[in-house]
Amino acid sequence: MTEFFQSLGMSYEWAWGVATIAGILLIALPLMLSVAMIIYADRKIWAAINLRRGPNVVGPFGLLQSFADGLKVMLQETIIPSAANKGIFILAPIVTFTVALAAWAVVPFSATAVLANINVGLLYILAISSLSVYGIVMAGWASNSKYPFFSAMRAAAQMISYEVSIGFILVCVILYAGTFNLNEIVLAQKGHGFGIVNGYFFNLLLFPMWVMFFISSLAETQRVPFDLTEAESELVAGYQTEYSSMSFALFWLGEYANILLMCVLNALLFFGGWLPPIDWAPLYYVPGIIWLLLKAFFFFFMFSWVMATVPRYRYDQLMRLGWKVFLPISLLFVVLISGWLMATGHYGAAA
Amino acid sequence: MSVAQLVKSFTLWEFVKAHALTLKYFFKPKVTINYPFEKNPLSPRFRGEHALRRYPNGEERCIACKLCEAVCPAQAITIESEPREDGSRRTTRYDIDMTKCIYCGFCQEACPVDAIVEGPNFEYATETREELLYDKAKLLANGDKWERAIAANLEADAPYR
Repeated sequence: MTEFFQSLGMSYEWAWGVATIAGILLIALPLMLSVAMIIYADRKIWAAINLRRGPNVVGPFGLLQSFADGLKVMLQETIIPSAANKGIFILAPIVTFTVALAAWAVVPFSATAVLANINVGLLYILAISSLSVYGIVMAGWASNSKYPFFSAMRAAAQMISYEVSIGFILVCVILYAGTFNLNEIVLAQKGHGFGIVNGYFFNLLLFPMWVMFFISSLAETQRVPFDLTEAESELVAGYQTEYSSMSFALFWLGEYANILLMCVLNALLFFGGWLPPIDWAPLYYVPGIIWLLLKAFFFFFMFSWVMATVPRYRYDQLMRLGWKVFLPISLLFVVLISGWLMATGHYGAAA
Repeated sequence: MSVAQLVKSFTLWEFVKAHALTLKYFFKPKVTINYPFEKNPLSPRFRGEHALRRYPNGEERCIACKLCEAVCPAQAITIESEPREDGSRRTTRYDIDMTKCIYCGFCQEACPVDAIVEGPNFEYATETREELLYDKAKLLANGDKWERAIAANLEADAPYR
């Protein structure tokens, strides 16, 4: 895009700046739109599994429900509790939302459509997802209220625990792909399964890693079996209890943007990203972004499906799963996979 | 832990089974009533919004005996009365505070002339509290509006009384 703006007579620096801003808008605005639609999809899927209809009044099939909710939320008053730490209280939802958007910079939507094609894309995503816990901790602390504080403590412990196992799972993928660059990781998955299937999930060593990554991403985004931070029966609404209006909506949007990011990461790291599912030439005529979005939506359906199916974990069960099951197993697989790659001579010669 | 249990827990067998079940439910027909367009059937004894009825010739039924006022456990009914020009006793005021009413139906039971009844209407939400303080005109208007449904319900229920 930089070349296009250069052709309009701008200097390289200006063209680069304008192109980057245009790229950010091109990602962020459709992202906000898809977050709205994905909230609607979430409610619909959940309702369908509960034999309910779900939102069906606003717009055709209730498609505009999220926008009606957004409008309602915007027209409400932002209440700041008098005992709250005002600066941090206001900053917390902004941090959550910004961090949720920032991670999208390195996501490759197709071979060329990526805002920042950096070498350490995966590390960047790990770093950003670690940052997202700050918004929640700040909200819990600044609210100056018991339940948000408990919720923030839980969130901090939970996200840090699961990031450890996610880290090791990503190491497995990186060992196979031989790169941190998300685009190259996607390309390395081309024809990985017997030269037919694109994606690492077909690999017997990496399939269990994908299952663990999926479960960890549920924990990382605080989705239903692991939504202890928002456990209504114990903590009212968790760290969002004292928030209202747009500050609440920002948490909500950030949460769903994170969920979408995790769905896209599932697709990118294990299911061949923007590659078609099967390495067959005619399928490559479909634009990569469509394959990526289809895969991401498939994972989102799984997120909702899990949400409608399983009950909430107890806190000690959550910690046990993270530290005593996922961490040892992912460590074992790091050893197994690097051993296998050494034995087959694949190591170091990758992509 | 036995080997079978170990395999079961590591293959997430219970989760797979649960998700297969919920996926089956996902495709089942939905059971929700599409409310504003579809409604559940109501019993003839349903106790909804109040109405004051009239005789077929237009004469109001209420004779201001104040039995409903006396029996009302929530004291939601207020009645004042005086003789009309033709000498019959009629109400000059018949108020029901719908915010006090507990919809027990005692007023309907107490009424000797079937004047005050609880009709089948349950969709009378209002924007202000004042709109729920019903006066005689509102109750008579309700009676005129719902007379056909009320009469049918009373007739359907009559054999059991």
